[in-house]
Parts: sequence; structure tokens; C-alpha cells
Amino acid sequence: MDLEVMKEYMPLYREAFFLTMKIGWIGILGAVIIGFAAAVVRLLKIPVLHRILGAYIELFRNTPLLVQLFFLYFGLPKLGLSISAPFCGALGLMLLGGAYMAETFRSGFEAIPVLQTETARALGMSKFQTTVHVLLPEALSVSMPGFTANMIFLLKETSVFSAISLMDLMFTAKDLIGLYFRTVECLTLLVVFYLFLLLPVSILGSIVERRVRYAEFGA
Amino acid sequence: MAKELLKIEHITKSFDETVILRDLSLTVKEGEVLVIVGPSGCGKSTFLRCINGLETIQEGSIYLDGEKINDRSANLEKVRQKIGMVFQNYELFPHKTVLQNITMAPMLVQKKPKAEAEKEALSLLERVGLSDRKNFYPRQLSGGQKQRVAIVRALAMHPEILLFDEVTAALDPEMVREVLDVMLDLAKEGRTMIVVTHEMSFARAVADRIVFMDGGNIVEEGTPSEFFDNPQTDRAKKFLSTFSFDRIEKKDEYAGNPI
Amino acid sequence: MRNLGLDVLLKGTNMLRLLEGLWVSLRISLIAVAVSIVLGLIIGSIMTGKNVIIRAVTRLYLEIVRIMPQMVLLFIVFFGTTRVFGINLDATAASIIVFSFWGTAEMSDIVRGALISIPKHRYESAAALGLSKVQTYVHVIIPETLRRLIPLSINLVTRMIKTTSLVMMIGVVEVLKVGQQIIEANRKSSPNAAFGVYLVVFVLYYIACRPISFLAGRLERKWS
Repeated sequence: MDLEVMKEYMPLYREAFFLTMKIGWIGILGAVIIGFAAAVVRLLKIPVLHRILGAYIELFRNTPLLVQLFFLYFGLPKLGLSISAPFCGALGLMLLGGAYMAETFRSGFEAIPVLQTETARALGMSKFQTTVHVLLPEALSVSMPGFTANMIFLLKETSVFSAISLMDLMFTAKDLIGLYFRTVECLTLLVVFYLFLLLPVSILGSIVERRVRYAEFGA
Repeated sequence: MAKELLKIEHITKSFDETVILRDLSLTVKEGEVLVIVGPSGCGKSTFLRCINGLETIQEGSIYLDGEKINDRSANLEKVRQKIGMVFQNYELFPHKTVLQNITMAPMLVQKKPKAEAEKEALSLLERVGLSDRKNFYPRQLSGGQKQRVAIVRALAMHPEILLFDEVTAALDPEMVREVLDVMLDLAKEGRTMIVVTHEMSFARAVADRIVFMDGGNIVEEGTPSEFFDNPQTDRAKKFLSTFSFDRIEKKDEYAGNPI
Repeated sequence: MRNLGLDVLLKGTNMLRLLEGLWVSLRISLIAVAVSIVLGLIIGSIMTGKNVIIRAVTRLYLEIVRIMPQMVLLFIVFFGTTRVFGINLDATAASIIVFSFWGTAEMSDIVRGALISIPKHRYESAAALGLSKVQTYVHVIIPETLRRLIPLSINLVTRMIKTTSLVMMIGVVEVLKVGQQIIEANRKSSPNAAFGVYLVVFVLYYIACRPISFLAGRLERKWS
């Protein structure tokens, strides 16, 4: 392994890393918002919208991100809906992630026993107070493990972005291997940068999970 | 003569086709401890839930302090502040500490300043012997401790009447006592209480009046000694007999021999 | 039809070619799942054992697979083997290796989870009834483990199918690649083919995965 070569490649990888970071986190943020809204709509069973979102969740949970991106990036422009590659990457991640997050939040809400709500009501709390102070914190705490798992899953999924010609880590690695045949160095840097991307989330996730485990029901 | 605090007139409650409570009437005076006993499924828990509006009734009226509380116009949140309820499975909020569990409703609902709510919570915790547990989370407490916290949480709202729904049914036998002692203490203090329980000796000790329910209605009521020593109805006799055993007489041929 | 670019699919054998392309990645999934189930059962059972070293090693394996994108693993195996070992591995073989490696990790975690979820008193109550060790496993433990195992394993199949779409990125000619070829070939006669073809690929994946995830969900609810 040639460290000099790796040093030389570093700036390219760093740039790719920040691109992945940026699109990845924008995508995740969007996924959380979509997922939460979809979960609430599904729980309240708002007519029509509830069905549409159900179909959306089904569709995006049962197809790969790569195929979704191909359709969004190459297919939609034929209908006159052209979008830039970075936006497409973020949008794809939002739609995919939204579908996963929606299911995670929904099962979190469903895990809260009805009696918890009734107890809050019996203490004179309003519906709104009950939702904000009892239902939400408990549901989010129950959803936490699924939530971090989804985040890691989505960050890993960013590795297909090169398919829509985004110059991400995979793109950079493949490009450099093709040009200079420094395979070992390129792959090592690839692994190192993905660890940078994923390890903090994984470690932080397990710490947070342990901290919010207070919401355990039963005995 | 004490004033009538809670007056229930001819209430009927049904789920779909099944009638749970039929034409039930009952009056509770201020400072009275009423114990409701009866077989499982007789509607006693539903009855408690109807009083604070967790279940809606189809017919009849409920008055608290002379005010009708089962109207659409009645402010349920106001009413519920006057009625404290303790559940079988404690139902503490798992994401809040003991102290937060107690101060949450006074601060949110009655808009009490934090310092005042906490001071009061602490003195109540002191009374039930749990002041050293104030910063614990519910999962760190035993069942008996959780239930005592749940009682304190209800007391912190200064309710006019307390409802207890089989509060010892989920507890290990050795923890039942600590919870019942707290309730006896409250009764001595002159609190108005409605208690649903299966603990017959406790019922006898704490009650001013026993109400026996079966099939969604009141079958018999009276003082503890009237009810336990001299039940009038066959159904009450049958119910009470399920709590006692007769000494069995073994046939000679089996005596001393394993079967 | 023309504007949406769906017409190309009705031309010649185009639809058939797409389905053949889908089968290429489905076949990789099925082989990888088969390998994963066999190896996962073995490694998962080993993981419940008491040997500290084995547990540490399997744990590390699991964490690596968990955290590395499958895409990175594909690159390592596909590009790396040629360089390091001088073997010229073809893309399909590399894919099968990577997805088996990944699937085995997932499967062994599922197996481990199912095994440790059986409470100890289940063994004890079977023993108390006089059941032999073999009888305990055949009549009590294995049926209960399977009930937890099967829905999650079926779920792994859909995840595998979705993930194998990545093989296109190392040059396996599967459904997306075939789609690209069809679009290229009809560039002049059907300029909008990209919409129709990729829409159909999208729907094909849905049709392939939906029944399987539906079955997994049903079984999970039935047996939980």
C-alpha cells in the first residue's frame, strides 16, 4: 500500500465525502418529516389521504432505491419534469426513507397502551396536552431503535448515487481505479471514508437508544 | 348530616348490544368510603370509568357537587380534576421520573408554579414513605412503590373524590399491604373514596358502606358487618362463599395414603 | 402510449428481455438466500454458545456487514480480488459471494435472536413433563423457534431482491441494464422510452417483492 498515493487522492475523496454527507442528511431530514406526517395521517385515518399514503409506503418499501432513482432521474424528464442530480438523490432518499420512517413511527404510536392516554385524561389533561406530554415522547422513545436503524440504512443507500452521475465516494473510487489501477489504495480509502460516514451515527445511535429506554412498559 | 357529593341516577351503559350497567343509582356522601365488590365482569370497573367520563353512558345522569357532569356541555377536564383515579396497572408515565409524574398534571392543568408543585409532591411522597425515590424512573420501582406513586399523583390534584380500580390486583401478595395501608390512612383522614376491590378483609376494615354488584346493577348494600355477617340475597351469599373453604373430610381408606 | 414510451416494450422481444434481465438478479438473490439460510443457521446457533472468542469474532463479522454498504463490499470483492489474488472473478460470481456474505450475517442474527428469545422455563417445563432432550427440541423448541424465524427470513428475501439491483453497478447485465439497452436502441423511434421502461422496471420490482413482504407480515402477525 502506497501512503503517498493515498495522500494524493485524499482531497478527491474528501470532496466526495462531503457531497454524500450533504445529500444524505438532507434526504434523512426530509424522510423524517415525510415519515412523521405520513404516520400521523395513517393513525388518524384521514380519508383518501390515508389510502394514498398507504399506497406510497407499499410502493417505496418494495422497490430498490436504484430503480427509484433511475425512474426519477431518467424517466420523469420525459414528462417534462427535469431535476438536477443532487436534488434527485436527496428526493429519492426522502421518498424511500419516508416510507420506512412512517412504518417505524406508526408502530411506535401503536405500542402505547390506551390506558396511558386515559390516565392522562383522568388527570384532567386536555387532548393536546396528552398528545404532547405523554403520547409523543413515549412513541418516539419506542421508535428510537427503528429510527437509528433507518438512518444507517439510508446512509448506506447513498452508495448508489453514482448511478445518476453524482460524484460520490463510489464514483470517485471507481474512477480512480479505472485511471491508475491503484486498487488497494482506492478501496482502503473508500472503506475509511464510509466508516467516517457511518460509525458516528452507529455509536451515537446506540448511546441515545440506551438513554431513552426509559419508556419500557409492563413490569 | 354530610352533604351528598356524588349522585348517580338511573345510568345505563352498553357496548353495542351488551348491557354492562342497567338503571343503576347510587349516592355517595362527603367523607364516605364506599367499597364495591362483586364477581368479575359485573360492571364495577366500567362503573368507575363512567364516573369520570372515560366511558360515555347512554342514559341517566351523574351529579358531582350538585352539578351535572355527563352533559355534552360539561367541561370534562374541569370535572376530572375533581375526581382522582388510580388504575390496576399503575399507569405511571415511563418517560418521567417519580417527581415529574406527580407534578406534571398540577403544572399543566392547574398551572401551578413548579416550585409549589414540587414542594407539595415531596410532602405527599414523604407521607407514603417514598421521598428518597423522587428521581427514580418508574421501571426502577417495585409494583407496590409504583402504586403508591400513582396514588400520590392522583392526590396532587386535590380531588374531591378518589376512585380506586382494583389497585392491588396486579401486585405480589407481600406488596398489597403497603398500598392498602396508604388507602386506610386516606380513609381515616376523611377522604371521599370509591374502592373496587377483591380484598374482602380490607373492604371490611375500610368501608363505611359495602355495595355488592352483579349483572350490571346493585344487588345489595349495607354496612360491612351487615353485608359480610348477614348477607340478605342468595347471590351475595354465593359470592361470599367463594372466599371461604370448608375443611375437607377424607374418606378412611385414603387417610394417610397417597392417592 | 407513444408519448409515455411504453410502445417500445411491445416491440419484438423487448418485454421478454426485460423479464430475463429481472431473472438474472432474482437468481443471484435466490442462490445467496439459500447459502445464507444454511450458513446462517449454523453460525447463528454457534453464536448462542459460551465461547468468548467465537462470540467476539462473529460479533465483529456482524458489525462489519451491518455498517459497510453492500455496494462497498461488492467493489472490494469485484475489484480487489483481481488485484490481490490475481483471480479474475466475474461479476455474477462476485455478487453471489458478497450477497451470501451479507445474507449470512443477517440470517445468523435472526437465528440467534429467535433462539435466545425462547425462555429457559420452556426447556424446564418440557423436562418436567418427562420429555427427552430430542423430544424437547422436536416438539417444543424447534416449532417455537421456527415461528419467530420464518417471517423474518422471508423478509430477508425481499431485502435481498431489492439489494441485488446493485449488481448492475459492477456490470452484470440485469433488468436495468437491459432497460438501458432497449432505450438506446429505440432512441430515434421512441424518444420517451426512458419513462416507460423505467416505470415498468419499477413496477416489476414491486410485483416481485410485494407478495413476499405481504406473506412475511401475515405470518408475523399470525404467530406473534
